[in-house]
Amino acid sequence: MGRPTCCDGTTPSAARTWGTELDIFIQQVVSGLATGGIYASVALALVMIYQATDVVNFAQGEMAMFATYVCWSLLNAGMPYWGAFLATLGIAFVGGVVIERVVIRPVEQAPILSIVIVTLGLLVICNSLAGWIWTYVQKPFPSPFPSKPFKAGNIVFGAHDLGQIGVTLVVLVCIYLFFRFTPLGLAMRAAAHNPVSSRLVGIRVGWMLALGWGLAAVFGAVAGMMVAPNLTLEPNLMGGVQIYAFAAATLGGFTSPGGAVLGGFIVGVVENLVGTYVSFIGTELKFTVALAMIIVVLLVKPTGLFGRTVVKRV
Amino acid sequence: MSPLLEVQDLEAFYGRTKALHGVSFSMARGGITTILGANGAGKTTTLRAISRMVRTAGSIRFEGQPLDQRATEDVVHLGIAHAPEGRGTFVHLTVEENLRLGAWGRRDRGSLKEDFEHVFGYFPVLRERRRQAAGTLSGGEQQMLAVARALMLRPRLLLLDEPSLGLAPLVVREIFRILRTVNQAGVSILLVEQNAALALDLADHVFLLETGRVVMDGPSDVLRRDDTIRRAYLGY
Repeated sequence: MGRPTCCDGTTPSAARTWGTELDIFIQQVVSGLATGGIYASVALALVMIYQATDVVNFAQGEMAMFATYVCWSLLNAGMPYWGAFLATLGIAFVGGVVIERVVIRPVEQAPILSIVIVTLGLLVICNSLAGWIWTYVQKPFPSPFPSKPFKAGNIVFGAHDLGQIGVTLVVLVCIYLFFRFTPLGLAMRAAAHNPVSSRLVGIRVGWMLALGWGLAAVFGAVAGMMVAPNLTLEPNLMGGVQIYAFAAATLGGFTSPGGAVLGGFIVGVVENLVGTYVSFIGTELKFTVALAMIIVVLLVKPTGLFGRTVVKRV
Repeated sequence: MSPLLEVQDLEAFYGRTKALHGVSFSMARGGITTILGANGAGKTTTLRAISRMVRTAGSIRFEGQPLDQRATEDVVHLGIAHAPEGRGTFVHLTVEENLRLGAWGRRDRGSLKEDFEHVFGYFPVLRERRRQAAGTLSGGEQQMLAVARALMLRPRLLLLDEPSLGLAPLVVREIFRILRTVNQAGVSILLVEQNAALALDLADHVFLLETGRVVMDGPSDVLRRDDTIRRAYLGY
């Protein structure tokens, strides 16, 4: 990094030399990857449910927010962070399964639109219920990672950002191994792709769908607990995240779990870079970027980067 | 000894349309029975009724146990494997994964290795293709996979829906030859076929369906020799 020496009376903009520009760029990319991991987790949850039931779960983000409140309550009751974290994952899993069995199952055979409306109802219920139980007052939410930033050369990384990336990667690797190498993971994939044949080999497809909802709720809970320290906890915690996750899933392709994950990271990085370098967008118009991405993808490549065209025989 | 499968006054419905109008038949243990009939006679529906994939009335008993109140999954757990119309391949999964899924409905999931050897013994080509996505197999190979997947259950009854459909005669002959060995190894088979000559050769018992009713029932060599029946119902 050859840094040109500046001698006299430099203006602030001239002081931002090429070297520091690069540092800022890398910093922004890393923090983009950190938020991207959040989007990736929620996008993966959306895609899993979409593949299994052809339905976009609009309540995914709100379910995650609710789980984060559960974690907050556990922490308040004096549980250590990682204990509360794991307990929340367990509760989220059970919650996801119960929601599928009680709310989604009865409308399973209904037209897609009815199920979408049900998930929208779920969104409103989760949101109001959280407000009713925990009020709408913003609450600080702890990070398990040290607050001291981590320095590499001139580049400063937030420790929470790095920890968040680490946690996301661990979750993604676990879930990949689960689906790729365990009999249950195989049966869940089969049930999602081909429910009729799955029944014919004896798989209880209904339960596989419920497990899928449980796992999706777990990803959401991870995302919620990781994003809450940055945003502070309130009932609308996940509203924005959900929109970015939609953008991520659309970009990667709603039929491709790997694509959705990659889409999440791309959306996170793009969001951050655009916010940094395109001055008129700043923080106010950031959402517009996500929505613009959704529209562009749908116009140019509706199946997303890695999605398959789904051919339906009628 | 009670029959392996006993169907009485079976009716089946698609929505409000009745597809079977009181079908009755029984199947002895260890045999190969074939259901013949024209398109729309109700052959596939009969298999789907046994697997609980359509709404039915009447009674179906397997080894004395009633099936009518069970879900498809539970029928499989009793040891009835169904290679459905269209083969039911999990096209996105590998051949090996398809076979693994075939064993899902079995109570003991140990000794999978043995079963792999067993079905690869019948269909060596599947061993070569085991890591390949099942959707990339040829039609004949996919049919072999469908039969192999069904065998992974270690079924006592194998339901086969038109295994010859769309396949070259040579491949069909090969598959039917293997089906005979499978049967000799103790698996009873209920076969639905369009190709009557082929099915009559393989089966020991036949019944004929016409628009949802059984019109003829008997040992296959009797039907094979009866010219009137052959011309009227089998068209050859």
